Amino acid sequence: MKVIDANGIHYQQLNALIKQTAASGEDDIRVLNVRGQRYIGDGMRGDATITVEGVPGNDMAAFMDGPTIVVKGNAQDAVGNTMNEGKVMIHGHAGDTVGYAMRGGTIFIRDDVGYRVGIHMKEYEDKVPAIVIGGKAGDFFGEYMAGGILILLGMGLYPDEPIVGNYCGTGMHGGVIYIRGQVDKYRLGKEADVRPIDDKDQKVLGMYVEQFADHFGYDAEDILSGTFTKLIPFGKRPYGKLYS
Amino acid sequence: MLREKYERVPSGCAVSGILDRSGRRFSGNDIIQSIALMRERSNGLGGGFAAYGIYPEYRDHYAFHMFYDDEQAREISERFLNEHFNIAEAGPIPTKKVSWIINEPMIWRYFVLPKEEKLTSSGLLSDEFVAQCVINLNKRIDGAFVVSSGKNMGAFKGVGYPEDIGEFYQLYNYEGYMWTAHGRFPTNTPGWWGGAHPFTLLDLSVVHNGELSSYGTNRRYLNEFGYECTMQTDTEVAAYLLDLFTRRQGMPLEIACKIMAPPMWDEIERMPDDERTLYTALRTVYGKALMNGPFSIIAAFNSGMVALNDRIKLRPLVAAEKGNVLYVSSEESAIIEICPKPDKIWTPRGGEPVIGMLEEVKA
Repeated sequence: MKVIDANGIHYQQLNALIKQTAASGEDDIRVLNVRGQRYIGDGMRGDATITVEGVPGNDMAAFMDGPTIVVKGNAQDAVGNTMNEGKVMIHGHAGDTVGYAMRGGTIFIRDDVGYRVGIHMKEYEDKVPAIVIGGKAGDFFGEYMAGGILILLGMGLYPDEPIVGNYCGTGMHGGVIYIRGQVDKYRLGKEADVRPIDDKDQKVLGMYVEQFADHFGYDAEDILSGTFTKLIPFGKRPYGKLYS
Repeated sequence: MLREKYERVPSGCAVSGILDRSGRRFSGNDIIQSIALMRERSNGLGGGFAAYGIYPEYRDHYAFHMFYDDEQAREISERFLNEHFNIAEAGPIPTKKVSWIINEPMIWRYFVLPKEEKLTSSGLLSDEFVAQCVINLNKRIDGAFVVSSGKNMGAFKGVGYPEDIGEFYQLYNYEGYMWTAHGRFPTNTPGWWGGAHPFTLLDLSVVHNGELSSYGTNRRYLNEFGYECTMQTDTEVAAYLLDLFTRRQGMPLEIACKIMAPPMWDEIERMPDDERTLYTALRTVYGKALMNGPFSIIAAFNSGMVALNDRIKLRPLVAAEKGNVLYVSSEESAIIEICPKPDKIWTPRGGEPVIGMLEEVKA
């Protein structure tokens, strides 16, 4: 295990240190006192585990291609931007645009997320990215989603507190969104279609919720016992005729 | 000061604000540390601070902070000030040489009260009299710029990174109960000293991250009420809209925010009857005051502050509380930097104002 103290270090120096450490073969890297340093884990390959204590800055795990990042706290905006492979676990909340254009790997967030989470996620053959969120999400959840899996669990909500904001699935043309419980129709974008859960969905939910419960100390069966709303796009090409 | 022909702030930028609701005063160190953490959001072309409660010895005087290009601008401005005000104290604002800060204008400060006979002959209340003097000074006197004009507060700004601007003005030597800060990232034009944030009128100050695409509409609306937008920047309209609604028209702050960032029409449709009537009326009557485009702003005034996002949250905003202290910032880390364990930390929804008022005001 290698410990890096990020206190007062500029992000360029910090990220160079993390990359050097991983390149030297160290696979357990602890980064302490992180406060706002951007781009942690960006573009990194391999299978190191980076544990972040503090609040990492924007674009953490962007273009990441393999490693695991565990955040012992909250994260900011654009976690997993265009991420390709690997795993992110956030023991707290995260900001806007988590998983922006994400292409692979998984992100687990214990609490709430901000706006535009999963925007433009995509998938190709066996590369199917997934984001699992324990709390609630803001507006534009899954906006322009082109592939991948979004799972929203809505735990710890106040009575009548909405699990998701407005414009959910707006412009969606691929992938699938699972939301625990019911979602008011008016919160859905025009392109999102509500479908019943089938056996295949149950399997997918089971697999990801078990991992989520495992990471954050929940009971998977409890979570899975609730009903889920499934959203998929009405058509593959909602704007296909826009300019024809 | 060279004024830009056309100025926009399309992206980037950092904002931060701290209010101790109990009125306890603290030095500028915290706000400098908070805004400095977000250095990546600025590019050195503008930084600034608004500080409240810093002039208790002159709490009833209007504190004019001025930029001058040259002695001539100062002489003409001082003639204007002497004609309209009794000046209790005047002098340069102390600054410190900081290597990154260059081409600074002459920076002066005046503690003034409007002359009784001027108030009588103008028939104006003193706040309105001062506001009109500020607009006149900015419009009529070449090379002079009113940085701030409120009571017991002041704006400190310039071209540079905000932490260097804080050092330049030695803000650690001041104590206030509320501070706001801005780090600027103008991408289309050079920065100039007057164009740095905050923008102010009387005790109202605004720092802003974003771009108001409704600027033209808002500006024409404000013209109807006698506001002249002379800074050629979008942020100015946010300051004047708040001044119009809260000071001149006496509107509650919450309502002013709901005019500037109103609910969507389909949301209004789903409201209970009385709310629907209210919001329909607000959007109908004040449609031209709707601020469109991405923004997060922090507006401050002697009695408190409000942080507000555009309705679809195209700019970041985080809020936190610890005891009596309210924090708002572009990034969570900039709050944690100065308050490691807040009681509560949250991200407000788009269009949902975060309002903090001094306890003595609420009581």
